[in-house]
This record gives sequence, C-alpha cells and structure tokens, in this order.
Amino acid sequence: MTAVAAPAIRVRGVTKSYGDLEVLRGVDLDVAAGSVVALLGSNGAGKTTLVRILATLAGADGGRAEVLGHDVAADADGGRRTISLTGQFAAVDDVLTGRENLELVARLRHLADPAGVAERLLARFSLTDAADRRAGTYSGGMRRRLDIAMGLVGDPPVVVLDEPTTGLDPQSRIEVWQVVRGLVRDGTTVLLTTQYLEEAEQLADRIAILHGGTIVHHGTLAELRALLPPTTVTYVEKQPSLEEVFLAVVGPGSTGTPDPTDQEEVR
Amino acid sequence: MTTLALRDTGALTRRSLRHVLRSPDTIVTTAVVPVALMLMFGFVLGGAITTGAEGRYIDYMLPGILLITIASGVGYTSYRLFLDLQGGIVERFRSMPIPRSAVLWAHVLTSLVANLASLAVVVAVALLVGFRSGASVAAWLAVAALLALVTLALTWVAVIAGLSAGSVEGAGAFSYPLIFLPFVSSAFVPTATMPGPVAWFAEHQPVTAVVDTIRALLAQQPVGTEIWVALAWLVGILVVAQVVAVTRYRRRLG
Repeated sequence: MTAVAAPAIRVRGVTKSYGDLEVLRGVDLDVAAGSVVALLGSNGAGKTTLVRILATLAGADGGRAEVLGHDVAADADGGRRTISLTGQFAAVDDVLTGRENLELVARLRHLADPAGVAERLLARFSLTDAADRRAGTYSGGMRRRLDIAMGLVGDPPVVVLDEPTTGLDPQSRIEVWQVVRGLVRDGTTVLLTTQYLEEAEQLADRIAILHGGTIVHHGTLAELRALLPPTTVTYVEKQPSLEEVFLAVVGPGSTGTPDPTDQEEVR
Repeated sequence: MTTLALRDTGALTRRSLRHVLRSPDTIVTTAVVPVALMLMFGFVLGGAITTGAEGRYIDYMLPGILLITIASGVGYTSYRLFLDLQGGIVERFRSMPIPRSAVLWAHVLTSLVANLASLAVVVAVALLVGFRSGASVAAWLAVAALLALVTLALTWVAVIAGLSAGSVEGAGAFSYPLIFLPFVSSAFVPTATMPGPVAWFAEHQPVTAVVDTIRALLAQQPVGTEIWVALAWLVGILVVAQVVAVTRYRRRLG
C-alpha cells in the first residue's frame, strides 16, 4: 500500500471557534482514496464540527479542507457533488415513504432513473418490505439504514458517516458495519466518526484520534497499539460478553422485520 | 443552471405538497375559521350592519373573508418550515449541490397551491349560503391573481416567522394579527362609521385597498385607483419580506 496518490480528503491546519470556545485548533488529516479512516474522539471533541466543515455545512475560521481536490470553502458546489454526509442527524422525511425519500434525493442529484435508483438501494439496505410505509413508522435501525441509503444515492466517491451506529442496538450496528464494508469493496472513501473503539477496530484501515482540537495520533491499529507498553501474556478465563450472549440467543443473521411495537424513538 | 434550479425547486415542491396531501385537514382547518366568521356575520351580525352599498351583505364581506382565509393559511408554511429546520432535513439539502433558494421557494409555492385550495373551499361555501356574482371570467381571473399576490406576500412574511421562531407554537402565532387586520378595514363595515383615528388607520392600511378592489371586481364596478394602491402595498410587502427572509436564511444557515 503506497500512499503516492493524492488523498481523497485533505485537511490542513483547520481551526474553528464558537465564541470563546476553540473547538478545532489546527487539524491535519489525510484520508487515502478507497480507505476507511475512523475519527475517534470523546463527546465534544469536535468530530462533528470537522465533518460539518467537510460537508460545507459550516465554514472553517482558518486552514484548508479539500475533497478530491475541491476546496470546500472556495468551491462548495464541487465539494457537495463529491462528498456525502450522513449519520448522526436523522435527516429523513417522516411524512414520505422510504421509497419517496430516496427518489427525492435521486431527483435532487439529477439522476436519470430515480425510481430504479431507489429500488436498488431499498433492496441493498433490506428496506424493500417497508418501502411504501412512511419513514415515521420505521424503527431506529431502519431509519438509520434509510438515512445512510439516502447518503449513497448517486454513488458519491467520498462518504462521511457521522457516528452511524450511536443509539443503535447490536444487530443494527452489525448491519451498518456490513454496509460500510460493502462501500469499501466498491472503492468508496469513507471517513467515519465514532466514540466506539471497537467500531474503529472493526472497520478502519487507519485511526485518527481527535483530542483537544487537534489530531493527536494517526496511524494503523498496529501502529497505535505499538504506542502502548509491550503486551504481557496472562491467562484469563474468557466469559462471553453480554453482546455475544444477546446475538447467540437472537440469532446473528436475523436482520428480519423489526417488531413494530418495539420502535425506538420514532421522531 | 437555471433549469436545474427550477427542477430542484420542482422536486422539493412536490415533496412539501405531499405533506399537504397527507394531512388534508390543514386545508380544511384553514377554511374553518373564515367559514365560521362568514356564517356568523351572514346570519347573526349582518342583519344589523348597514353598509350603504347595494346588494346582499355576504357579497360585501366575502373579500374580507377571503383575506382572513389566506392569513390563517400561511401559518402552516411557518409551521412546516420550522419542522424542516428542526428535523435536520434542511441540513441534508444544504449538503447537496442544490441552490439554497430552492428550499424556500418550494415552501412558498406549496403555500400558494394550498391556499388557493382553501380559498376554493371558502368560495364554494359562500355560494352555498347565497353569495352571487355576475362577474366575468376576466374579473374572476383578476380576483384570483390578486389573491395569489396576497398569498405570496404573506407567505414570505410567514417564512420569516418560520425561520425566527423558537417553538412550534411561536411559528404559527404571527398570523393572529394578520387575521384581525381585516376587522379594522373596510372588509365588514364602512370605514366612515369608525372613530377618527381608527378610520384613518383603516383607510390607509393595505387590507382596505385590496378588499375594495376585489369587491369592485366581483360587483362589476370600476376598480378606480384602489387597485394601484393595493398592488403597490402587496409588491412592497412581497419584496421587503423576501429580502428579509432570504437574509435570515443565509445568516442562520451560513
């Protein structure tokens, strides 16, 4: 893996303050084309601020952010054509059906066949059965899948997933992980923000840790592990985690139709 | 570039028209207050009101009722815009390569369609309870155009309210003064019957000019200079409200 090609996302010295609060104090970050970088940080570390700047939803105070060579400040429309932000903000239209939501985004992206695009994405995200129900009736996991599907309309080359699994149950989380792995197989560049270390371990080629307004470490999992004291070998009886128990009881593959009475947070 | 902007506005207008179609009660709710007022003035209070004009009282007051319909209808535009801003869907639209103005125009065009539907309901009820007009098709078209202009002007005011509101209730509250404005105009009683300062206000506020023009058109009488006063008011409100709304939108969403 040689890093000769220009990175898909290139951030240099980006700063951003809200009033007296310095959220970002000079962030540098590269995301190689076709790779997955996890941006790790605690709540309030500025992960969302950084991805909002990349998605042209907020302006940086200083520095430069480029997506596939488009400066997101100077060439906002170019940036918007190449990057798609989805995740934490549940930006689906509750009154429209899942299908109508996808067709709307396809129309706004000026695609030739909105109905076909919607149909394929519904199938890919296991939403075909619920396609003609209002999105307001979806469970939390279905909503998140629809939200991500809307972000993938038109196959944007760069996708930013802002905390895509926050608030999801373990099964839905695994479904989202499968979606991300599928994106990578198709050559999409993914920047993923998360507070779950396990998620970063599972998905990311490289991990960037945002803390105190800057990227304090950026490397592969192995490189980050090397920062820690050498591994000591101890023998511990491995108890199954509650998550493993849950998945064993419920069945790992059962992504089926959620119980309509078990809807977490419809609005 | 411009055709793309129109396509985007069209796609977004279809979306918010779906919202209206899926809660058709908003059209009916918009018509309920004006219809109730029409019945109350027509059958309870109207007998005691002498307008000095020829014809039935319902013919006299219908223009005012139509303006009240629009004033109560545009509240839904603030409401829908407020919910869009809260729900994050506007964020999604903004992160896509579509003109920012398309989001606001879609709400404005939806308001125009929904209000014309409510106005049709009110006119239908008026015909049922005895309203009659021998006005020509051209005169009716002129009335419709004038009402459309009123709707556009008040909708842009509603957009400002939707952008500035802190709560759902606040988003719709701005329309209450608009609903009452026709009462202090020539809509229900001649302004000459009001005490001095009130009459002065009534004669110089836009509702009187608009009401007098519509009334003349429906009664097949010459409209006189009132129509120019009405147009000047409406275009003025439209331009100022649109500039303020777009500025607020830009400032709020950066």
